[in-house]
Amino acid sequence: MMSLPLLAAAPFAPVDQDYLYEARQMQALSFAVHIPIVCFGIAFPAFVLFLEGLWLRSGDPIYRTVAKRWSKVMLALFAVGVVTGTILSFELGLLWPNFMATFGEVFGLGFTLEAFSFFTEAIFIAIYVYGWDRLSPRAHFLSGVPVVVAGFTGSLTVISVNAWMNNPSGFTLEGGRVSDVRPLAALFGNDFLWHEVIHMYVAAFIVAGFLTAAVYAFAWLRGRRGRYERVALVVPLTVAALAAPVQIVVGDWAARSVARDQPTKLAALEGLYETESGAPVHLGGWYDGDEVRYGLPLPRLLSLLAFHDPSARVEGLHEVPADERPPVNVVRFAFQTMVGIGFLLAGISAVYLFVWLRRRRLPRSRWFYRGVVAAGPLSVVALISGWVTTEVGRQPWVVHGQMRTEEAVTGASGIPIGYVSLVLVYAGLLAAVVWILRRLAQAPVEVESGPRGVAPLLAGAARREGEAER
Amino acid sequence: MTLDEAPLLLMLVGLAAYAVLGGADFGAAFWQLAAHGERGVALREHAYRAMGPVWEANHVWLVFVLVVCWTAYPQAFASIFSTLTIPLFVAALGIILRGTAYAVHAGTAREIERRAVDAVFSISSILTPFALGTAVGAIASGRVPVGNARGDLVTSWLNPSSIAVGILAVATGAYVAAAYLAGDAARAGLDDEAAAFRTRALGAGVVTGAIAFTALAVVAADGDRVGERLLEWPALAAVMASAVAGLATLEFVRRSRFEAARYGASAAVAAVVIGWALAQQPELLPGLTVEQAAAGRSTLVATVVGVVLGAVVVVPSLAVLFRLVLRGRFDPKAAAGEHPAPQRRSRRGRVPLARFAAGAAALGLPLMLIFDRGPFLAIGVLALLTFVALASVALAAAAAANGRSDEDGPESPSG
Ligand code: HDD
Ligand code: HEM
Ligand code: HEM
Repeated sequence: MMSLPLLAAAPFAPVDQDYLYEARQMQALSFAVHIPIVCFGIAFPAFVLFLEGLWLRSGDPIYRTVAKRWSKVMLALFAVGVVTGTILSFELGLLWPNFMATFGEVFGLGFTLEAFSFFTEAIFIAIYVYGWDRLSPRAHFLSGVPVVVAGFTGSLTVISVNAWMNNPSGFTLEGGRVSDVRPLAALFGNDFLWHEVIHMYVAAFIVAGFLTAAVYAFAWLRGRRGRYERVALVVPLTVAALAAPVQIVVGDWAARSVARDQPTKLAALEGLYETESGAPVHLGGWYDGDEVRYGLPLPRLLSLLAFHDPSARVEGLHEVPADERPPVNVVRFAFQTMVGIGFLLAGISAVYLFVWLRRRRLPRSRWFYRGVVAAGPLSVVALISGWVTTEVGRQPWVVHGQMRTEEAVTGASGIPIGYVSLVLVYAGLLAAVVWILRRLAQAPVEVESGPRGVAPLLAGAARREGEAER
Repeated sequence: MTLDEAPLLLMLVGLAAYAVLGGADFGAAFWQLAAHGERGVALREHAYRAMGPVWEANHVWLVFVLVVCWTAYPQAFASIFSTLTIPLFVAALGIILRGTAYAVHAGTAREIERRAVDAVFSISSILTPFALGTAVGAIASGRVPVGNARGDLVTSWLNPSSIAVGILAVATGAYVAAAYLAGDAARAGLDDEAAAFRTRALGAGVVTGAIAFTALAVVAADGDRVGERLLEWPALAAVMASAVAGLATLEFVRRSRFEAARYGASAAVAAVVIGWALAQQPELLPGLTVEQAAAGRSTLVATVVGVVLGAVVVVPSLAVLFRLVLRGRFDPKAAAGEHPAPQRRSRRGRVPLARFAAGAAALGLPLMLIFDRGPFLAIGVLALLTFVALASVALAAAAAANGRSDEDGPESPSG
């Protein structure tokens, strides 16, 4: 299945690169910075619009206050998302020129379409954030809608590329050149795309939801429990709490797709060496080359999870040559971390939903709020772990079964210098983001009722209804 | 024009737009660096305010050029990025620093913070166009061979042509920005700022013109055939058009006709981009013609169709954004204007959201657990997402509204 050995003279033949590992680290680092930030680009506009919608409906100025303050955060984070994403685009060329030269025409369309989502997002986020008090309430609300839509289409198109790398199709590779390219089929006719997009999209709401809620849960613990904090806590927390249990179901679907299309990755998730019927799952432990040691075995669970059949046959790692196996322990540890955190988040969510549905109030235990504070960072860890599972589990291939990562890398020298500078710049970036978020949070909360004399949509109706309920 | 060339044309449009709009954005920062004292603060604030709403959209043009390049001419893209690793990496770092500075600018309160942010912003705003310009110079002077990092990693961009184009890129940005900011200040009624930027625009216009001529001479003498062809028909026509547009722009600025100046400056920059393209024809890189570099037919068709469809959405949206900005709708004094009160609509019967949500969950969950692919799975996924959305709306609205003065704790001053 490997691409044919190329003539050394071919312009994009594999090269010797001493720093392949550093190149991979650089790519991974840049993703790890971009992805948590864009979760806010995807989910935050929806939160803000929801709050603005509540304001329009109820006329209660508190919603508008929260929405307006959050939209400033949204703009700052969007700027950071834009620049970190641009670096990713540069890096694809700087670090993996052979990959781009060979396959750019197969998957490039995904990014071309993505560019239009970015345009849309950048345009309307500006109109929305600068348009407070300057557009009519309804026009302002509507200007936020394309931002939400573009957040989804942007993820869809970029993840179509990643799904294609994991499960490539839609082309013929001969002598290092592709032909018979069908870009639409390659990107959007790919089974792998859908679970990745949905899993990532839901993850964005979990991450943005729990991280935002964590801030206000912290304030809650410190005794700041006004209306403002309540609204700002409850909205993201509710969304995240509903998304977290659903994410387990989506993750199960992802695992089944992996089992079907990337059996080697599935074997790495568990550290399964021999092909087995009724394969177990081991919690924890360590894979030492042919089995998992010191793990807690749960018999038949892997077969059950991967194929929904407790005696299904699961292919082991030994089905492929040793140099086509991913680094099992990294993948396995990342996967177990994600799943473990996934259940933890679902547990916190269950407490919240249960208390609300039974008693119509927020939980009172301080432990619940401590849990929410922890859930914020934990959900980011789950997000990164999930991507490490996907991306390291794809190794040693950059395009699964077609091109190995070492065939893709650049021949340029100086990768370590680039790596160190990138780390320094990202450290500065993170410091700056933390600083601006704190600054924005310190600005005093001013509850204002909105543009002068404007009766928000339906204010009267909502009041009447409130009376009727009483 | 052939199908092979169509994406190139799109890239040139993108490049011209980036040179004008992105250039103005970089140039605004150039003037911030040059501004001092109390007056300087006003100029700096004006520049941030004028560029704030548009810089992200302006920036996407660069991303657009890159992605079309790697889709339609993947070998050219890979060759350029691997050989020109250093300047492009520097540009990338500059882009991170600038974006970060934009993001944190809003939070600066003390003078020392403002100075630090401004310094990072301005330096990265000079470094980035310079680095991108050296890359253009490298391509135009034929120093990027086809292949994975086959060119010289240093001399490919550290040479007379690259330096000349790099300096030209910075100067052009400064000029376009001064003309734009002068116009913007005049519209906002900030006469002092308008006069200050007008003076700067005139000075920068003269300097940029001189740099442009020098750069032309340097590239012509230093580069291979491309440089010479810049001085031959048809590229020469574009170069002359650029010179004429540049002169006309100066005159417009002198007469404080800033809108005309804006178009003139854009035309001058666009003409240079066209001239470069004409001089390169038919090669993208030495030994790689457009035809050889082009992706397969299906990819090219999909790219062009995709861009056209995208443009249908994006071009009117961009027009709206620029209209709002250019008409001053985002100026501070435009706040809380006379908006018509939205009409009250009678509320339709209360939708039993929670019940719908429960139904969606009951439908979606089994479907997702049973099916691995196909339409039933799709229905299951949609149903489950619908559940999350509806239940969120129902629960969050109720939970946020409830508890004005409830059992959760004493009402405390928020903040
Ligand atoms: C908040 C984040 C989060 C949470 C709580 C979970 N995941 Fe996840 N997971 C991701 C975030 C994520 C992701 C967004 O990072 C990934 C990376 C690639 C992708 O499509 O989603 C991912 C990938 C991913 C993959 C690999 C897919 C592939 O390679 O294509 C599997 C098998 C799972 N997940 C399974 C699960 C299961 C069974 C979970 C149950 C608890 C779970 N995930 C919770
Ligand atoms: C899981 C994968 C990804 C998701 C969900 C994602 C999502 C997003 C979103 C929502 C934005 C808008 C900015 C923001 O909201 O802060 C963005 C920006 C960006 N992303 Fe990503 N991205 C992903 C991966 C990538 C990759 C692999 C690349 C390129 C190689 C990339 C390139 C970009 C670029 C260039 C921008 C800036 C666009 C602009 O200028 O407005 N992203 N991304
Ligand atoms: C959605 C679009 C994405 C695309 C197109 C993409 C593409 C790539 C490419 C080209 C490489 C380098 C080649 C290789 O090592 O195989 C890579 C590596 C990697 N990516 Fe992604 N990626 C995406 C999303 C992500 C995200 C969101 C993360 C989150 C952290 C991530 C984590 C990694 C890691 C850890 C590696 C290094 C793997 C290793 O060297 O073992 N990727 N990816």
